[in-house]
Amino acid sequence: MLHTRKRGTTSPHFGGWGDRVAARTALSVSTVCILIMGFILYFLVKESLPVLKATTLSELLFGMDWYPQETPPALGMFPLIMSSLAVTFLSSAIGLPVSLAIAVFTAEIAPRRLRNLVKPLLELLGFIPSIVFGFLGMVVVAPWLQDRFSLLTGLNMANASALLGMMMVPIVGSLADEALCAVPRELRDASYALGATRWETIRRVVLPSALPGILSASLLGVMRATGETMVMLMAAGGAAVIPRSLFDPVRPLTSTIAAEMGETPVGSEHYHALFFAGLILLLITLAINLLSAKIEAKGFKLKGGNL
Amino acid sequence: MRKFSDKIATLVFWGTALSLGALLAGVLAFVVNRGWAALSWEFISEPPRDGMTAGGIWTPLVGTLELIAVSMVATVPVGVGTGLYFSEYATDSFFTHVLRQSIRALAGVPSVVFGLFGLSLFVIFLGFGSSMLSASLTLACLSLPLMVTASEQAFRAVPQDYRDASYALGATKWQTIRKVVLPSAASTIITGVILSIGRVAGETAPIIFTGAAFYTPGVAQSLFDEVMALPYHVYVLATAGTNIEATRPLQYGAILVLVGLVLGISSVGVWMRTRLTRGQ
Repeated sequence: MLHTRKRGTTSPHFGGWGDRVAARTALSVSTVCILIMGFILYFLVKESLPVLKATTLSELLFGMDWYPQETPPALGMFPLIMSSLAVTFLSSAIGLPVSLAIAVFTAEIAPRRLRNLVKPLLELLGFIPSIVFGFLGMVVVAPWLQDRFSLLTGLNMANASALLGMMMVPIVGSLADEALCAVPRELRDASYALGATRWETIRRVVLPSALPGILSASLLGVMRATGETMVMLMAAGGAAVIPRSLFDPVRPLTSTIAAEMGETPVGSEHYHALFFAGLILLLITLAINLLSAKIEAKGFKLKGGNL
Repeated sequence: MRKFSDKIATLVFWGTALSLGALLAGVLAFVVNRGWAALSWEFISEPPRDGMTAGGIWTPLVGTLELIAVSMVATVPVGVGTGLYFSEYATDSFFTHVLRQSIRALAGVPSVVFGLFGLSLFVIFLGFGSSMLSASLTLACLSLPLMVTASEQAFRAVPQDYRDASYALGATKWQTIRKVVLPSAASTIITGVILSIGRVAGETAPIIFTGAAFYTPGVAQSLFDEVMALPYHVYVLATAGTNIEATRPLQYGAILVLVGLVLGISSVGVWMRTRLTRGQ
């Protein structure tokens, strides 16, 4: 591998003019990726900072009232942040156990033929656009919930969280399945040789050794749920209050941005506040992403780095 | 007792898998059943009429295809170039590290944040306005990490022997890449493009404020026109249409076409990839 990277060692033409142009091009094209990530950070910070002229940071983060259209606007995002956290938590509580069960099923229990069928289907499920889930939540789940529990509205936290939980299954399930499959055959064989049953082997041997991979997969699922927009917009109800019950309508950060950005003039306090909401979202997802990378790296080291 | 709990566990896992499968099949059957009634050749080939309460989905369908095409034109060269850099040129340097982290971070950015970014950079700062170009470029940024990962894997799957053989014949590095590495990786890269399209086609949040139109009388003619898109059209009909209840059949029809389009494209991608990896 190494000798191909040293110029002039493998070919007399190596490092000619055309080669240098190609290398430079590949380098500059890849810089675009860094630029885009940098621009995202830059523009979100730049467009959200002016809001601090209108209000204070603690008022923004912990203020209880979100009435951005009034004069002067009330820009307290605490209910939005709590809504986002509550929906993320509830959807993870629904989605992660199911994802993990599916992963154990495909990796350990399903016969080979079934596995070869289920895995691509699971992946395809991940391609279904979120608008489809949002639409079903609105026209199918909401009326059902409303009738069944005689609620004021079926568009609420439970509805959105159940749909989000469903949407997590393909992503987390596929990644966790990969983590389980990466556990060496010998570990299972050793456990069976000691007389353990399949469930004991899964619980005591396979799951613990795949733990870093499973955690990192789960975190990626949680990150997706936090950033999901269309389901929240269509099925969560949209009341900017702190939810007190499962059946309260909520207004997470994502749907607030999507619903309000179109109606607000560019450069208004409201406009900058929405960018601030975006910045909060970006920072939350970046933090989760970093944590998941850390866990992955640790798992890599635990396995002796032989992958 | 141990045997018993093993049986219970097996039952629980089968039960979860089967009920998830049943749920999905049920949802799919429901969408197909409701949408099928609205489906006809006219539904596909006619633009929406009468304040979007009648007619078809021609304009948003073409708009979605246009968005896909323009965003792929932007993302494929950058994605393939970066994949090539990772696989053929990258050394263990600070730059490579930053590049990896950027792409990983990019993959985790919420879609609505891409929308905000597109609004501030393409629509306002670069002055493209709310247009097909802005929306496509925003979608291109969103699909970039997928494209990079797919093409890097494609290039890495090309055996080192191929490169060595080419060098042994006196080829330069660029000649080797162009004549040996790229052709061998091409089909895997195309698979990656198809899967990216499947991902981009249904995205709604990034285009709401970068170029998606509530309604346009005709198909978008230029890059600087606003464009109707199928997923946004569904959202508009279902939440803000002139008569939400009466247009339910249209909504189900549009949803069915969208699901069909996305799943059709992605299953081609998944199928191609399965075949390619089996060949190795």
